[in-house]
Amino acid sequence: MAPRSTSDSRTLAIVVDNEPGVLARVVGMFSARGYNIESLTVAETDRAAHTSRITVVTGGEPGIIDQIKAQLERILSVRQVIDVTLDPAGVVRELALIKVRSTGQDRIEALRVSDIFRAKVIDTTLESFIFEVTGSSDKIDAIIELMRPIGLVEVSRTGVLSIHRGAETDKIITSDAAKPAATSL
Amino acid sequence: MTVTATITSIHSPDAAAQAAVEMTGAEMVIRALEDHGVDTLFGYPGGAVLPIYDALFSHDALRHILVRHEQGAGHAAEGYARSTGKVGVALVTSGPGATNIVTPLADALLDSIPMVVISGQVPTHLIGTDAFQECDTIGITRSCTKHNWLVSDVNDLAAILHEAFHVAKSGRPGPVVVDIPKDVQFARGAYYPPTHASRRSKRTVRTLDTNAIARAVELMANARRPVFYTGGGVINAGPRASAALRELVRETGFPITSTLMGLGAYPASDPQWLGMLGMHGSWEANHAMHDCDLMICVGARFDDRVTGRLDAFSPNSKKIHIDIDPSSINKNVPVDVPVIADAGEALQALVAAWRARGKRGQDTKDWWKRIEGWRARQCFAYEQSGDVIKPQYAIERLYAATRDRDVYITTEVGQHQMWAAQYFHFEEPNRWMTSGGLGTMGYGLPAALGVQAAHPNALVIDIAGEASVQMTMQEMSTAVQHNLPIKIFILNNEWMGMVRQWQQLLHGERYSHSYSHALPDFVKMAEAFGCVGIRAERPDELDAKIKQMIETPAPVLFDCRVAREENCFPMIPSGKAHNEMILAGDGAAGAIDDAGKKLV
Repeated sequence: MAPRSTSDSRTLAIVVDNEPGVLARVVGMFSARGYNIESLTVAETDRAAHTSRITVVTGGEPGIIDQIKAQLERILSVRQVIDVTLDPAGVVRELALIKVRSTGQDRIEALRVSDIFRAKVIDTTLESFIFEVTGSSDKIDAIIELMRPIGLVEVSRTGVLSIHRGAETDKIITSDAAKPAATSL
Repeated sequence: MTVTATITSIHSPDAAAQAAVEMTGAEMVIRALEDHGVDTLFGYPGGAVLPIYDALFSHDALRHILVRHEQGAGHAAEGYARSTGKVGVALVTSGPGATNIVTPLADALLDSIPMVVISGQVPTHLIGTDAFQECDTIGITRSCTKHNWLVSDVNDLAAILHEAFHVAKSGRPGPVVVDIPKDVQFARGAYYPPTHASRRSKRTVRTLDTNAIARAVELMANARRPVFYTGGGVINAGPRASAALRELVRETGFPITSTLMGLGAYPASDPQWLGMLGMHGSWEANHAMHDCDLMICVGARFDDRVTGRLDAFSPNSKKIHIDIDPSSINKNVPVDVPVIADAGEALQALVAAWRARGKRGQDTKDWWKRIEGWRARQCFAYEQSGDVIKPQYAIERLYAATRDRDVYITTEVGQHQMWAAQYFHFEEPNRWMTSGGLGTMGYGLPAALGVQAAHPNALVIDIAGEASVQMTMQEMSTAVQHNLPIKIFILNNEWMGMVRQWQQLLHGERYSHSYSHALPDFVKMAEAFGCVGIRAERPDELDAKIKQMIETPAPVLFDCRVAREENCFPMIPSGKAHNEMILAGDGAAGAIDDAGKKLV
């Protein structure tokens, strides 16, 4: 994965058939055509509808993003591609586990920083903490930078998740009958 | 914006259950092929596919053509598909059987050829154990198919087979793979006919964007320097697309050029035809593309062999792009009016809208005057003198000798392919089978077998080079076994000619490994295979020998000895624009700069 860029980052939620190999189809398209994946999250989201949701953070000029979306829609297993970045009501969150090893004043400062970010302590020893924090990618980046000089030793991040704000849904196509045209191409 | 509607299956699961018949997985494969109207398949048996071959044993209605290498099966299926408009089918075993057909899959994907490949796989319980002749067929073929399926349950097999045929031929056609483990072939389960199978990928109807059609017609009516640029998509869209294209071109009076893949959609004998465009296209076609003020692209994809230097590609034109695949729009070249549609449907709508508009377009007389000026350069001129056959002359004589016949042409890849495209002329679609996108040497001979199998009484000629033909020449044995009287017309210059040409132009005449050393005696080789071998060495004997070839009712290998160091012109040097192309008389040395050398 390339270093995360912020300016031209785009988050795409890709609703796919939950079947073996589907992640390879999606990720393989990105690598085969030279598109970047900054982060990737995938899990089954609707057992009844047999769908999984893959959230990809990628980047590029608007023309490249259009091309990525069109190429994704050619994949038979892809039911829908939602451009979260373009959605004013789109909410994105990421979760990180952050291990900090320190003693004395740094240990107190780490707790103080975690408090500001509303992080949870989920494990502690006499010389370490593990914090759990959620938020936008920028917020996660910020806490990591603040923890770095006070004993940060390890980070694990989920990558981005997204959903549409309000009572409306993303109108995810769940029935076979309503597959978009592009998938038959 | 295009509106999308979806047709749902009219059959309920109950109806499907009623129509179900119990049989083995292997029998289902045969039944599905029959239900989809398949009359011919190309294949090679092996351990993991034996149950299907066993089921085939008692089905005489399905013609199986045994090839000599699975690559041959794939290209034959492509030739069959390209010349009929139907889906080509190949049957191969696991492991090496599957890997050997990867090249045809990649070829069919780039050229949008509908093909269903059925591969055997090791039994389910052995998958992942590095079993004998096991490979990850799904993983290996994922990026060279439209879609692929590993069938893990015999009760899914019918639906998957029906979906495979649907996916292969719908939208932008392409190849698919159905990988069937041996135990699934033996297992018994329920088979449903295609009409009763529930499909996951739906048949969708894309409503034509009438606004886009209206905008396109306005642009056409106001264009002073228009040109049609058409491609393989017109041929894939079937005869009605070619018919609509002819109507539209004639009614507008605009000039038309086409890609390598699109040859035959518009008759080459028509005065509005400018010849092929692109790297080895005609002077007039490429200059028209560069200087036009409106480009109407139908079923072509602006690939690098067509555009030349992208930032200098047709700089002053508006562009209309009709394509069935939304990902083709704005991929390489930004366009002004995209129309996502089947080429035939869009062309018919354009014809109707053009007629409805009544008022004819701008006067294109000045434009045609310029085109006539480019034509006057006679970019395909060459000199046939002395005792040596020029390759261009050989193709011209072949064309002259066959033009009144029911003829189909396939090619290998290289100089001979470009000369065939330049000097053999096509009046109808589906008559020209060539590997355009992937550039697969070895394509033409097996493709010709597929064409001949589909058109037993036609004259099928593989225009070949002596290097390409050696890649798949074992299929001559297939031709003999199955009475497929193909003609393999080798332009033998003893070089990998296009490689030699590039080494001459780009690499200081250092001919690294491009000479065809140790060539077989092609006439003796033909005889060893049970074919007829003919050799022509002098221009004055060419016509008689071509006549002899045509009249031989058996496979013929024609060793046409041609000038050894002839180059293929005109040529847009790598990294140059359409209007920087060079002709045979121009000094070609130094034509390609350092940036161009890095391109393919």
